[in-house]
Amino acid sequence: MMDESAELAVSITQIVQRLKGTHLHSQLEKQAKECLHKPEIKLETLKDDVRRLLKASGMTWLLPPPGHPRAPPEHTKEPLEYMRKAQVNWEKRILKSLNSMCTELGIPLARKRPVPEQKELTNKWNEMGTDEPDLSKFRPVYAPKDFLEVLVGLRNPNNERSEDLTVRSHWGLIQVSFNVRDIPQMREMYPELGLTYGQLGIDDHTHVPPDLFESEHIHIGKKVVSEQDSAAAQQYSRQGCPTGLRAQLWSLILNTTNDPEDITHYEQLKARVINHDLLVDNLIYKDVKLTASNDDYYFVFEDYLYQVLLCFSRDTAVLEHFSYNSATPPKSCIQNKSGSEQCAVVYPPNGVIPFHGFSMYVAPLCFLYNEPSKLYRVFREMYIRYLFRLHSISSHPSGIVSLCLQFERLLQTHLPQLFYHLREIGAQPLRIAFKWIVRAFSGYLSTDQLLLLWDRILGYDSLEIVAVLAAAVFAFRAENLMEVTSLASAEAVLADLSTLKVMPLLQIFLFATSV
Amino acid sequence: MAGKVKWVTDIEKSVLINNFEKRGWIQVTDSDDWNFYWMSIQTIRNVFSVDTGYRLSDDQMVNHFPNHYELTRKDLMIKNIKRYRKELEKEASPLAEKDENGKHLYLDFVPVTFMLPADYNLFVEEFRKSPSSTWIMKPCGKAQGKGIFLINKLSQIKKWSRDSQVENTNSEILVGLNNDNSQLFGIIDSPLHLLICTKGLCFVRYKLGFCRFCTVKYTPSTSELDNMFVHLTNVAIQKHGDDYNHVHGGKWTVSNLRLYLESTRGRDVTNHLFDQIHWIIVQSLKAVAPVMNNDKHCFECYGYDIIIDDKLKPWLIEVNASPSLTSSTANDRILKYNLINDTLNIVTPNGEIPDCRWNRSLPKEALGHYQVLYDEEQALSESAERDLRSRSGQLLGSKGSRSSSVRPFPATWK
Repeated sequence: MMDESAELAVSITQIVQRLKGTHLHSQLEKQAKECLHKPEIKLETLKDDVRRLLKASGMTWLLPPPGHPRAPPEHTKEPLEYMRKAQVNWEKRILKSLNSMCTELGIPLARKRPVPEQKELTNKWNEMGTDEPDLSKFRPVYAPKDFLEVLVGLRNPNNERSEDLTVRSHWGLIQVSFNVRDIPQMREMYPELGLTYGQLGIDDHTHVPPDLFESEHIHIGKKVVSEQDSAAAQQYSRQGCPTGLRAQLWSLILNTTNDPEDITHYEQLKARVINHDLLVDNLIYKDVKLTASNDDYYFVFEDYLYQVLLCFSRDTAVLEHFSYNSATPPKSCIQNKSGSEQCAVVYPPNGVIPFHGFSMYVAPLCFLYNEPSKLYRVFREMYIRYLFRLHSISSHPSGIVSLCLQFERLLQTHLPQLFYHLREIGAQPLRIAFKWIVRAFSGYLSTDQLLLLWDRILGYDSLEIVAVLAAAVFAFRAENLMEVTSLASAEAVLADLSTLKVMPLLQIFLFATSV
Repeated sequence: MAGKVKWVTDIEKSVLINNFEKRGWIQVTDSDDWNFYWMSIQTIRNVFSVDTGYRLSDDQMVNHFPNHYELTRKDLMIKNIKRYRKELEKEASPLAEKDENGKHLYLDFVPVTFMLPADYNLFVEEFRKSPSSTWIMKPCGKAQGKGIFLINKLSQIKKWSRDSQVENTNSEILVGLNNDNSQLFGIIDSPLHLLICTKGLCFVRYKLGFCRFCTVKYTPSTSELDNMFVHLTNVAIQKHGDDYNHVHGGKWTVSNLRLYLESTRGRDVTNHLFDQIHWIIVQSLKAVAPVMNNDKHCFECYGYDIIIDDKLKPWLIEVNASPSLTSSTANDRILKYNLINDTLNIVTPNGEIPDCRWNRSLPKEALGHYQVLYDEEQALSESAERDLRSRSGQLLGSKGSRSSSVRPFPATWK
């Protein structure tokens, strides 16, 4: 049983979470920001004031009824206990890996930079890419395929033996059973992707006259931006964002601003980077060097990636999202100045340990925002709304487990011959598709196509479309895949997605597949 | 005579040879009867020199114009452009309009250039006039491989004073040096390949291409002379020089550039930039057209080096007659292979033996990745139409004729 204030906090978190992305939310946020500047509002008594005001206004239904049992906070993170356990175990493994690397290399988890080093870093802030630190000793803490093995091992202990039958009739790797949407349900969820609606990514092709759809769509987009309407932007984004308006539209949907406070916050984070060196910084360097720097589309943004990710690691504001993330921020022992160990400190400060490919979450955004503080803000919001779900174990419909399961079910239902064939030759489809899903296709599609996909993630406030696209890709290359006889050749058929056009694939898969 | 095309080349590059072979053409030597000769610039000098008096027969085609140097030699290019500007001024053409400072509004796209060491003193004088501006230094000849530098201190030039050209675009290329924000500063377009067709004046532009996306790496160390320059290079090409990324080779596609600019600066601004680039190409070609020997046995692929400053204004640095056919990355190889393929489809339609007597029209369906920038025949027929209209009293605004003239897609230029 929790006390009133904690329960209130949970209620409010849930409401805020539900409201996220709506016009009401942005209005409330604006009002709240303005209120903060009023002299009669004091931060110290804010909690009590709010409670008092709620009681006084009669909105007592927001307060938990006395004596009523409330769901413990863990349930906001993840309702299913066996999933929570799996996540906890996974975290233990990651942390162990990090700590052992730290011990092996004799590098402290955190260290204050000597002043000359601070000066040097300040000078080099815009070109950290020219640095060639020796990263050979560092290994990524984990790669997506390690994570996949953990997901494959998930089992619901409540399943009776007899129920194994249902699970066994599932041909894929994911052995837990959630409700995931099928195509008829998705047709209702995503009507705007249907054949009767215009789409950017289809109807803006050079051979299509712009007055059929594109010009009008751009015109509407400009209006949405000028009215700063967040909810309208979200709805609008379902049909794709014009390249010239996308940056503003995403910012509107995510409710990110570039006010002086945001810039100050970013500068503070930058100062923290200058002052302290973290072990995870090396992981970030290594990841960028291995992934983004070798990518045709993103290598030019290397410096921006450091500027965002190093700050991200130090942003304690990110810790708030753990109230609805099934993950828990890892804690480590840090030595403080006097040499005595200070344990149970969240490490890294933002609670997110980067893994191999993490920088690819930021890379596509570099095409849209060239001011570091703005880029940072948008990335952080994308992360705490969507991207975190791709690497934490949960039962959430946008969580990685559901996405993988949905991908497999779609494939099994609509391309059973293909699935069967691939299984027989030892090429489980998820083994190939997993890396696409974990990165929401970043680094696999050409950037313009990726941005069209992410338009819809924002528009529908869900990552489900990623699983659908993965299935659609298999459907598109089905003929070639039926000819292959090994996992390696299946991988080869699906190695290069850079020529794919995302929207036609999605449209055909969702609306032209016979059900 | 339905024989196979006999080809010769003195450039042993697979992107060329594979294209010839896939058409079933036959390789011969230059002492044989050849139809198609893809030659290097040294060879064309010999072929067309006054001494040899070489005459090409009607079934022979070469890949250079005899006096391409009117465009590809920097000093001659500038001379031709200046002459062109003067001519337009004399005609009182709206294109030659100048602003209140005497700067050409539409034809100011070649930056002030000095050749070092010859113009060193002139350069110093100019440099001292605006000490805070930045100059691009382009080593020529042997030093070519070193790339392009930005300098803003005279001392930085000393090392490179031999065999170099120095240019000023009169804009703050290095504005970001004192700036906290990491910004894109200058972009150098590697090839925007151009093709001049044998038939009259017809320029087509290759839609694909690469550019080098640059940020400035300033190494203020004063210990070594080597570090006293700002190396305008890509993040992936390290100071060490031989670090070279084989995946992308430090090159970014022009379509990525376009996406980035549209997303961060807006569509109109980006379209305007590319319009201006096309404008530069067309104007520079028109400038040399009168002096270019319009030999119907010739076609040519030019590589345009264009730099874009932080205000998104493009500047013409130079034109290359022999764009490199060496490929540094897989993507590069594919691009160049397709380029040659599309080129051959235009100049030798259907892979047939060339017949230079007839003025063949541009095979619109076989353009491949090429897009027509200017077609003189069409322009002439349309300007006749326009004369007709103007006689009947229709007005054409002077600004209107400029802004509508360079659109990426229509085949004519008014």
